[in-house]
Order: sequence, then C-alpha cells, then structure tokens
Amino acid sequence: MRLDTSGYSCPEPVIMTKKALKENPAGLDVIVDNRASKENVTRYAKALGYNVAIEEGNGCWTLKISK
Amino acid sequence: MEKVKLTSLVRSSGCNAKLPPGDLHAALDDLRQKKSEYLIEGFESSDDALVYDLADGRVLIETVDFFPPMVDDPEVFGEIAAANALSDIYAMGGEPKIAMSLMCFPSCLDIKIMRRIMEGAIRKTEEAGVVIAGGHTLSDREPKFGLAVTGFADKDSVWTNKGAKAGDSIVLTKKLGVGLLMTAHKAGETEAVEAIAQMRKLNKEAKENASGLEIHAATDVTGFSLIGHSYEAAYASGVSAVISFERLRYLEGAEEAARYGFVPEGRYTNEDYLQDKVSIPSDFSTAERDMLFSPETSGGLLLFMPPEDAAVYIKRFSDAFIIGHVVEKQDYPVIVTR
Repeated sequence: MRLDTSGYSCPEPVIMTKKALKENPAGLDVIVDNRASKENVTRYAKALGYNVAIEEGNGCWTLKISK
Repeated sequence: MEKVKLTSLVRSSGCNAKLPPGDLHAALDDLRQKKSEYLIEGFESSDDALVYDLADGRVLIETVDFFPPMVDDPEVFGEIAAANALSDIYAMGGEPKIAMSLMCFPSCLDIKIMRRIMEGAIRKTEEAGVVIAGGHTLSDREPKFGLAVTGFADKDSVWTNKGAKAGDSIVLTKKLGVGLLMTAHKAGETEAVEAIAQMRKLNKEAKENASGLEIHAATDVTGFSLIGHSYEAAYASGVSAVISFERLRYLEGAEEAARYGFVPEGRYTNEDYLQDKVSIPSDFSTAERDMLFSPETSGGLLLFMPPEDAAVYIKRFSDAFIIGHVVEKQDYPVIVTR
C-alpha cells in the first residue's frame, strides 16, 4: 500500500496516515513532500510502535512504515 | 446561516501562519529608511510595537496583527484575533485605546460570517476599553482577520524588550502548548477547550498586575515560540536567559499532541532559525524540543523583573509563574536546563 500526501500540509498527512494505517495495520509507504509532514508522520507512526525507514528522492521522501 | 468550518478554508492558522523568522531577517534586515527623531522603538528593534514620543511626557504605541482562523466559530475567531492584536500594546506596558480592523474574506462565503467575526472582535475590544473606529476589507481566497491597535503610555513607564538585567526573574503569564493543541484540534483529535479559552483571554490583567513593580523588559509569546521570544529579549538586552524546563507549564495534552506528530510547521522553521542561539541538554526528547519551539497564538506576557518584584507579581496574579532567570551574557542567549 502506498499513500501519497504530496500537496497536503500538516496536519492533513498525519490524518491521512492514521486512516490508512487503520485499513493497513501491517504498515505502508507514505510519500511526503515537505519536512514538517516527514517529521510529523514519522512521529505519529513511531508513537503507535511502528518502525519508520526514510528514503529520499526527487524532492520528496518515502516513509516506509512497518511493524 | 451557512454552516462553514472556517479552519477548513485555510492552510495554516493563527500565529503559525507567520513567515519564518530567518526568511524575514534575510529579506528586511538592511532595508534603509529615514529615521524619525520621535521614534523610540522602530523597525530595527524586533520589539512588539512602534513607540512614538508625543513630546508631552507620553508615548503613542502602535501595532498590527492579523492571521487566518484557528477555530471554526467566527465570533470566537474574532475574539482571539482581537486579544492577540491587543497583546502587543500590553507587552509594551501601554493601554490600548483605538483600533482599525483588517479583514480578508472569501466572496463565496456568507457575509453574515464576517459580521460575526466583527461581533467577537468588538466584544473583546470593549472588554479592553478599546473602540474599533474603521478598517479595510479585501476579497481573498482564505479568511484572515486582525487589528491595527493604537495605545498610549507614560514615556518613563513604557516597557521594551531590551532592559533585562542579570539576576532578573523571568515570568510567564499563560501556559504553553497552544500551537500543538490547535494542530491536534484541526485534525479532530481534541476539543482544545482550555487552549481556546486561553487564547481568548486578554493580557490586560497581566499588564495591570505589574502596576508599581519594576519591569526591566517585556514581550509576549506568539509565533516565534517561547525560545524565539526569549531570544529576542535576551539578545536585545545583551544578557542570557536561563529557562528551567520543569518550571514551564503546559496545557493538558500538549505533550501527547507532540508525540503523535500534531506539530505545527512553524516549529521546524523556528528551530532552524534558533538552533545556534539556544543551548538545550542533549537528553531532551523530540517531543520536549517540539514543546519548546512550537508557535503559540495569543500567548502570555514574558516579563523580566527583579526577583522580589516577581514574587509579589505571582502572588497578585495567580496565572503567572516563574520560568527562569537572567545571567550575564554567555555563549548562548538562551540556555534551557532541566
């Protein structure tokens, strides 16, 4: 599962991730296009006990959220 | 009337909508203008308002502040915007008297919403003894509202942000965490009742309770965060401010909002600008750093005063609490301790 939050600003990407994680509790990839979203989605996933690996490329980041 | 969620119309809200401080300084710092001999505080001093000498023992104090809504209720938004704009006059030790409104309003919205924003603002300005005497309105995609406020003070009793002295106590008059909680509120995670009530509160009482006490420096805590506004005062005063984290009071739920990533964007740009100006122990968690750098909206007064006066002040005004003290200038203008 891939969630693209490009074009959204906080707290929207966190809300989108929250919803997507409810549907995909094992984890997912979240694309963010700004630093605040990168930090905030990472904080959210970590607060729920997920691991987050961050890949950078093409001016955005892919947050690989997994158990 | 049409039911509209005001916050759904805006990208950022409250004092979090300020431009990043680093960008502002880069763009404006060496802008040249003529000096006025009557201007006591002006463009260059990063203070809360301009101070103009009326040459009769009094000064005129003027400020302007406006922002996009952080709450959905138009009247509450009007109250918060007014309380926030008036605060800059109180932060200079002045008494606000007259104001003009600045309103940006989407042409597609029910015009009655504009009226309700104004009703909220009038209720708050009346509480402050201020009359809104005019204003200007623009059609805009996002709603924004605020006031330009004029106040007065005796020349020898005006407060600036540059007189803090080593040995002073640092006092704050409202709790912190509004920016974090309002980000969580925008996400539908909290009602943020306490944060909204606090934003609506005037800093009038905070200012008036300092009557007869010595205030060496003052400012208010808004978009540049506690650390940012402490830095401005410490730097302008040529001293360092030591802030004790355990003495800071946060609204309930602020830390949780930070841990779950409900962190306003301004927190990151504030840290970018301030990171070489503040020393924070290396064991501080990410959430604790979020709490220090997050923007506040309609925050409290930050007062630098002799310890004996601070003791009297916090007894008189129970909202206020001591958060630290001032020392001679160190390597960092702001030093945070546990």
